[in-house]
Amino acid sequence: MAITSVKNLKEFSTTNERFEGAHLLCPGCAHSMIVRELMNCTDDNLVISTNTGCLEVSTAVYPYTSWDTSWIHIGFENAATAAAGAEAMYKARKRKGTLKNPDAPVKFVAFGGDGSTYDIGFQWLSGAVERGHNFTYICLDNENYANTGGQRSSSTPIGASTTTAPAGRVSYGEKRNKKDMLAIMAANGASYVAQVAPNKWKNMAQAFQKALATDGPCYINALSACTTEWKFDPKDTINISDLATDSLVFPLYEIIDGTELNITYRPKNVLPVKDYLAAQGRFKHLFKPENAYLIEEWQKRVDAKWEYLQRREEARV
Amino acid sequence: MSNVLSNKKRGMRELGAEKKVGWDEVTHGVILHSFEDDATDVAKRKAEDRNYSDFSSYTATVASWRVIKPVYNRDICIDCQNCWVWCPDSSIISRDKQILGIDYDHCKGCGVCVEVCPTNPKSLLMFGEALSSEDAIAQWPVKEKKEK
Ligand SMILES: Cc1ncc(C[n+]2csc(CCOP(=O)(O)OP(=O)(O)O)c2C)c(N)n1
Ligand code: SF4
Ligand code: SF4
Ligand code: SF4
Ligand SMILES: [Mg+2]
Repeated sequence: MAITSVKNLKEFSTTNERFEGAHLLCPGCAHSMIVRELMNCTDDNLVISTNTGCLEVSTAVYPYTSWDTSWIHIGFENAATAAAGAEAMYKARKRKGTLKNPDAPVKFVAFGGDGSTYDIGFQWLSGAVERGHNFTYICLDNENYANTGGQRSSSTPIGASTTTAPAGRVSYGEKRNKKDMLAIMAANGASYVAQVAPNKWKNMAQAFQKALATDGPCYINALSACTTEWKFDPKDTINISDLATDSLVFPLYEIIDGTELNITYRPKNVLPVKDYLAAQGRFKHLFKPENAYLIEEWQKRVDAKWEYLQRREEARV
Repeated sequence: MSNVLSNKKRGMRELGAEKKVGWDEVTHGVILHSFEDDATDVAKRKAEDRNYSDFSSYTATVASWRVIKPVYNRDICIDCQNCWVWCPDSSIISRDKQILGIDYDHCKGCGVCVEVCPTNPKSLLMFGEALSSEDAIAQWPVKEKKEK
């Protein structure tokens, strides 16, 4: 695999960009930071599938495409299916000797939103991982169905206000806990699983490169701060992501072959969860006195998860 | 690297300015070719050495989205590349580890680059869209004292 050096940012910046501007994602959208970095961290040919969601509708607005590589748009539930199908065809044609450039390095990547990954494309993703396709699935996790106006998904965290679980007089918003897709994918048989965030660019690039180099199905959950639905100023996308990783609301770790868990980022100063919540409009109501207990519960959940991750890292099981 | 800053192909058209085929005339399945010629080694070439087709959004502009714009001040910049890595619109032009400037055809004015710039004063600042870059640089702030 031809990898781009990510030793430091200066080296990385000599890469040749393959994700073009004048896509229509919101100003400050993290989806494009993640996609751009994936495409910039390798020289290999890429076959990318993207299902319906903000990324797809904004990067293929007829008659334009922002992709400098083979790219397939497919229906909402099928990002994994399209990548798996392309990969299976590639292998078959290689075997039959009908490929024009059989030695050219090719990598298969699927991008899906959390709505399509955690909910609607879940069984198709699970099937593709079970079949062991050699591909990398990247979930752009903005914790809601952003493209259709901010409905809740099973990735939406407790207490967030969304259009289908709004906070108001009788409700504090989302009542269910965020689904643990990393544990599910590791148990599903994924060879490599990682949680990444664009503010930790090097950590993210290293996870991408590991996944691309892994022979087998890989799942990456990427924090994608959404200025529109999380309700923060577009300039603050990286600041919000810093708060997410440094408060451990969004811990960064990897799971290799289902068992070997490594924490890949340990913040020097762990910030209180309330700092992360306070920076976003979707959690504004949690700061009413009657909801103070919810913030305490948040902090406890985050502490418990961190404790769990550390124990799993130590136990190697 | 001849025409990297003023690449003729870049940002030629407003989005939606030109319709090739109406949406209702498209049959299922459309292939858009991003490049005019063979694209096999595109990952080895910079934008200025690629032959983009009119289908690539590289040839389109979103400049009209902006009301404020980032202005770049070369004198203070340390070429750390923070602005390059985090720009969501591929609009910081960097070559040979140096920042050359901002691609105003694709920049949407989000301000992320200004937030992540570590110098003091910052080497990127937001100004009104109508102000010229020279005028902006003439009013650049001086170094801020650290708060005790
Ligand atoms: C089967 C199906 N159901 C619903 C839709 C409508 N739809 C299009 S995009 C979208 C939301 C996508 O949410 P997510 O996957 O989280 O991506 P995001 O837009 O947040 O990046 C929905 C519900 C659809 N296109 N197909
Ligand atoms: S709604 Fe959110 S995810 Fe969608 S383009 Fe805007 S910022 Fe990005
Ligand atoms: S304002 Fe936003 S889009 Fe424009 S150069 Fe800065 S980061 Fe990129
Ligand atoms: S972030 Fe600031 S100092 Fe760093 S390269 Fe960009 S303009 Fe220069
Ligand atoms: Mg989403």
